[in-house]
This record gives sequence, C-alpha cells and structure tokens, in this order.
Amino acid sequence: MRIVDYIQFIIFVVALIALTPPLGRYMAKVFQGEKTWMHKPLGWLETLTYKASGIDPKEEMSWKGYAVAFVVFHIIAIIVLMTLQMTQAWLPLNPQNLPNVSWDSSLNTAVSFITNTNWQGYSGEVTMSNLTQMVALTVQNFLSAACGIAVAIALTRGIARRSSSTIGNFWVDTTRTTVYVLLPICVVFAIFLVGQGVVQTFAPFVDVITLEGAKQTIALGPAASQVAIKMLGTNGGGFFNANAAHPFENSTALSNFFQMLSIFAIGAALTYTYGTMTKSRRHGWIIFGVMLAMFIGFTSLSLTSEFTTNPTFHQAGIMEGKETRFGVFNSILFSTVTTSASCGAVNAMHSSLSPLSGGIAMVNMMLGEIIFGGVGAGLYGMLLFVLLTVFIAGLMVGRTPEYLGKKIEAREMTMVILAILSPCAAILIGTGISAVTPAALSSLANKGPHGFSEMLYAFTSSAANNGSAFAGLSANTPFYNLMLAAAMFIGRFAIIIPILAVAGSLAQKKYSPPSSGTFETDTGLFAVLLIGVILIVGALTFLPGLSLGPIVEHLMMIKGITF
Amino acid sequence: MKYIIPAIRFKIFMTILLGLIYPFTITGVSQVLFPKQAGGNFIMRGGQVVGSTLIAQSFEKPQYFWSRPSAVGYNPLPSGGSNLGQASADLKKAVDERAAKLKAAHPDKAGEPPQDLLFASASGLDPHISIEAAQYQMQRVAKSRNLSIEQVNALLNESTAERQLGIFGEPTVNVLTLNIALDKSQGIESAPVLVPVPPVAPAAAAAVPAASPSTQTDTK
Repeated sequence: MRIVDYIQFIIFVVALIALTPPLGRYMAKVFQGEKTWMHKPLGWLETLTYKASGIDPKEEMSWKGYAVAFVVFHIIAIIVLMTLQMTQAWLPLNPQNLPNVSWDSSLNTAVSFITNTNWQGYSGEVTMSNLTQMVALTVQNFLSAACGIAVAIALTRGIARRSSSTIGNFWVDTTRTTVYVLLPICVVFAIFLVGQGVVQTFAPFVDVITLEGAKQTIALGPAASQVAIKMLGTNGGGFFNANAAHPFENSTALSNFFQMLSIFAIGAALTYTYGTMTKSRRHGWIIFGVMLAMFIGFTSLSLTSEFTTNPTFHQAGIMEGKETRFGVFNSILFSTVTTSASCGAVNAMHSSLSPLSGGIAMVNMMLGEIIFGGVGAGLYGMLLFVLLTVFIAGLMVGRTPEYLGKKIEAREMTMVILAILSPCAAILIGTGISAVTPAALSSLANKGPHGFSEMLYAFTSSAANNGSAFAGLSANTPFYNLMLAAAMFIGRFAIIIPILAVAGSLAQKKYSPPSSGTFETDTGLFAVLLIGVILIVGALTFLPGLSLGPIVEHLMMIKGITF
Repeated sequence: MKYIIPAIRFKIFMTILLGLIYPFTITGVSQVLFPKQAGGNFIMRGGQVVGSTLIAQSFEKPQYFWSRPSAVGYNPLPSGGSNLGQASADLKKAVDERAAKLKAAHPDKAGEPPQDLLFASASGLDPHISIEAAQYQMQRVAKSRNLSIEQVNALLNESTAERQLGIFGEPTVNVLTLNIALDKSQGIESAPVLVPVPPVAPAAAAAVPAASPSTQTDTK
C-alpha cells in the first residue's frame, strides 16, 4: 500500500464518522414524527401518499399487524415485478425490443429485488427493458430499502416503549423513509453521478464504428437514477452486467468514493438514530464502534492478502477483474464495503480477487452483514448479536439478563436464535445440495476449490441478501434461480418476522431500572464481548465451508499450484 | 386481510412516483445540466460517432495504443470480466500468451509488460490504461507513425488524467482520446470505415487504413 491509499482510507472513515450524527439525528426526528426542515418542501408528498393509498397514519400496529402488512406488501410486489418482466416485450420503453423474461428468471429477480438482495442471474443490458429497469427494479430498490429501515425502527420502538402493545405503523415508516430520506438524497446523488459520466437517457443503444473499423454497440439507459438508490439503499443490482465496474455506472474515482460512502451512510447513521430513540446515545456509539473496528480489521486483512505477491504471476496486486481508474486499493475497499453492507454492487470482479480477499467478502456476509450492514438490516442484525451477548453475559453471572431496561427472557432468545441460525442453515444446506447435484455443478466456471467457492458464495450472498457473486457461475438456470430464490426468501423473512416478534414482546415489558448487577452495554468491555460472540458464532458455523473453498485455494496458490 | 387494498394502492402510487416521475425528472435535469455525460460521452469524427470516451475499443494495429485485455471482446452486450481466480491455470495461460505477444511487439522493452496490459479488466470496457502501460507502448507507436517520442509523449500527456482532486483513484490514460489525437496530428480526421469481418475471427485480419506506414499483420 502507498501513502495515497492510506490517505483515501482515512478520508473515507472520517467522512463516515462525520456523516453519522447529522443523518442519524435527522432520521430520528423523521421516525418520531417531529418536523424537520424537509417537511416544508416535502410534507405534502407524505400526506398525498397516505391519501392515495387509503392509509390512516394514526393507526398503531401490533407486531403481528406490522408483520402481516410487511408480508402482504412483499407478496404484491413479487406479483407486480414478475408480471412486468414477463410482459415487457409488449410494453413501451423497450428500444431494443428485448423479449419477455422466463418465469424462473423473473421469479428469481422479483424475490431478489423485494428482499433487498438484488442478486442478478441476468445481464441487465441484454435482458431488461428501460421500463422494467425503472418501473419494476428502481421502484423496488427504494421500497425494499424503506421496508428494511422500517423494521429496524419498529425494533427500536419495541425496545424504547414501555408496556405498549404496538410498535408503530408499517406504511408510515416506509413512506417517511422514502419521502424524507431516500428520495431527496437520491435526486442530488443521481445528478452528481451524471456529472461524473453515469448515463441517464432513453435513447436506444448506439452503434459506432471504431477507429480500427469494427462495429461496437454501446448499451445505454436511465442508469444514474437507479445507481443512486442502488447504493444508498444497499441494493446493489447493476443496471449493466458489470455493475459498478461499468464505466457508465461508476465513471470516476470520485463517483466511486461517493458510491462507497452512500452504501454505509444510512447503516452507520441508524446506530445514532437508535441511540437517540432509546435514549442511550453512548450505547449507539458503542455499536457504531464495534462495526467500525470490524470493518477496519477485515479491510486490512483483505488489503494485506491482495498486496501479497502471487507466486504464479510473481506480482502483487493482480489487476485481473479490476479497473484502471480504481486500482487495487479502491477495488478492495469497495469489496469489503459492499459485503459488510448488504449492497452487493461490485467495482471489481470478486471471483478474481486473491483467495483470502474473496474469502473475507464471504465472511462479511456470513456474519450476517452487521458491519454497518444493509439499511435497517445492519442495525437489526447487529441487535440480534447484542441480545445474544447480553444473554450470555447474564448466564455468566447467573441472573436474568437486562437490556436497556428490559428483561431478556426465553421467548426473545428463541426468536433471536431462530433469526441468527436460519440464514446460516440456508447457506450450508444450499451449498451442500449443490455440491452433489450435477445440474448445479455444470454451471461452474472455475475448477478446484474456486468452483466450490462459486457455489458457497452464491448461497451466502443470497441468504445474506447481498447480491454480489463469484460471477463465473452461470446462475440463470432453473436450479439456481429456484434454490437461490428460496435462500433469499429465508434470508429476509426468517429474520424479519422473528425480529418483529422480539420487538412486540419487548414493547409489552415494563421498565426494570438498572441495578448494581446489570451488565452495562455502553462500555468497551461490552464491545469486546460483542465482537467475540460475533466471531465465535461465525467461525463455528462457517470454518469448515471456508476451509474447502478460499482457504485451501490460498494454500495451493502460495505453493504456486494452479488448477 | 385489511392490508391488501392499501398495499396495492401504496405499490401503485410508489411505482408512479419512483418508477416514472423520479427517473424522468432526473433525465430532464441531466439533459439540461450535463447533456454530454448523460448521453454517454460520445465522440464524433468526420460527422460520425466513433466511440465513447468511457468505453474501450479493440486496438490491435501498431500505430495505436492498445487497450487492456477484455474478457468480452470489447463487446458491451453484455459487459463483464473473466471471473477467473488468481490460481486459475486458464488465467495463467492467457497471461502468458498476452505477455509473449506484447514482448514480440515491443522488442525495445526489457522485462515483463505492465500488469494492466496482462490482466483483463472488470467491465471488459475499461477505457483507461496506466501511465506505465502507455509509456511501454510509446516507442512502438512512434516508430510505426514516423513520429518522434517527444511528439507522442506530448499527446500522451494531454490524454493523461491525474488522481481526482489529487487524491482519489489512480492516474489514467484514456486510450481512445489518445489514439484520436494521434490520428489528428497526422491529418486523419475522416470517419472510420466499417471493415467486414469473417464471422469467426473477430476484427483480427483487417485491412490497414492508408495512413498506416506498417502493414504488419495483427497477431491476436
């Protein structure tokens, strides 16, 4: 690493820290129904949304009501997304006359975009019409992000409220997120991206004759408006196949920097929102600190691996699958940012990273994407581990654990464990089935342990609702479309429904004031214990799988063995 | 199931707001503020679009600077990388072949060619090469065009971009603008003519334009 790399790293971290309090404070106001400076220009839009949708913003929902609204809304979104894809040939804004999408691919994509995964079995520029990209995919980029944030806020209310039977209103939380947080930022961000060179046009593809006289067809589309929310909402689904590596999606180092920052912005700020709404700001910063420490740790490991000489090529910082304008440092930083959050956009091909850097991308996802994480998902994912840590600490001293004045009991812990283990099971079982299924193995592009990694990465990415890939895998087959759709479904609903149950059950509890025996959650000791619990759960679950993939590949590579 | 109707109405409302009004507004504003960038940064020559400054083209003739290798043959439909792992035998073979080809074309240079010319880009459309990769090719281009190194170097500097704000990213050389500037310096400003290609070997054995002093056949 060069000095300029360290400087870019420091600027990134400082910008993230600086952004957290103002954005976090703003979101806390929005979700507590207070007036902000954005209510003047946008208040009418919130009111209009309720009116047009027939929503009573004053209605309060129990956790069950919240969960039902959440599930119903997602099922309707799946139907809409599948319909749009399967009929796009007959609809307008299809300048390339692209055909209708197959049922299994459109099901996969629909599930992928409602669950904030944005796994893509398809190649955007040769599959989706402009109408599908906008009306189906861009919309769902916003809404899946807003739904994730809504759930995090519902859990926050569950912890903050006392003796309450309700946790908020799903429609109101989703509307406020969209209107006051996502949309205004995206408008500014999208226009900035266009200025950097990201395309935004409805023109058909352009045929050029190159200087050497070859024909080249250049794909275009309304990309910037989608790229802005794809990053800010930690969606990650590329407009083009090469995603954020495509010069029309991520044209400059500056567009790259702000894309990385926007991936983390909301996830980081939500720790502050959480601290504010639960009146334990110091604890919010402890959560932020744990996330930041783990982010810096894993990024450093990944950089070390990538900058270590590869004996096969006698070079370090291999440029395969990387873009010149980003270089090695920004490619690795992007890879850890996008997998720590549940974004999944890539500016370098993760399959071509050094084995351990690719492995760290997987570890980031396997731990549940709790390092800032997906918008909303990062916070509620981290709170699962916080509750687990509090519980374990309680067991150590032999008294009923308390967390922010709420007793943590068997019912909550059952739900927490269910939410932590379900995606793990989806990853391991899905990879296991694929490893013995000929239809799955015929999709592999790489041989040896890297081929295994392609499958492990695919199920990890799906169950963690990330969406990045070791993209050599030909995943647009009925087997993967259906298996990965199932993994994405489990990774979303098998976490969110238990989370809402925890929120409901905590909201009902009385406040129990801290006593001398209460384990404090705003100390460095708690932070260390939390990191320990996260790493132990992750290691116990995934070390065998990782050993068969990236670890053995690394051991072979350093001996100069190719396969 | 009292939430079904609100869910449908909410979805419809949001689809109109976020799927139509939002992208159309961004398009409209972009066309006013940044028409060139929004449209794809296309370059014209002789009244014809010859490419985009952001999309790499295949260059194989000795009078041109060459782009980075592309796993998709510089075809943007669809874009992408090789996705080969760093311990892949296929990657090793491809890199060895590229190195041999580059060494043969640059007899003036000792040692291994610059990394970015050996390894394929992520998008397959990387419009840039590193400064080292440009300097590596400078002698060949100058010789093939009967230009002095200084003349080529001056044009190279014009197509070189430093790190953004002095900090972000890497210094880059834009291959297409550099090659257009080279042609222009020798009075070639007409639109390129489509060279018919045999269906199997893409853009390999193409006729060399009149401006080319060298007629060495291309080695893919």
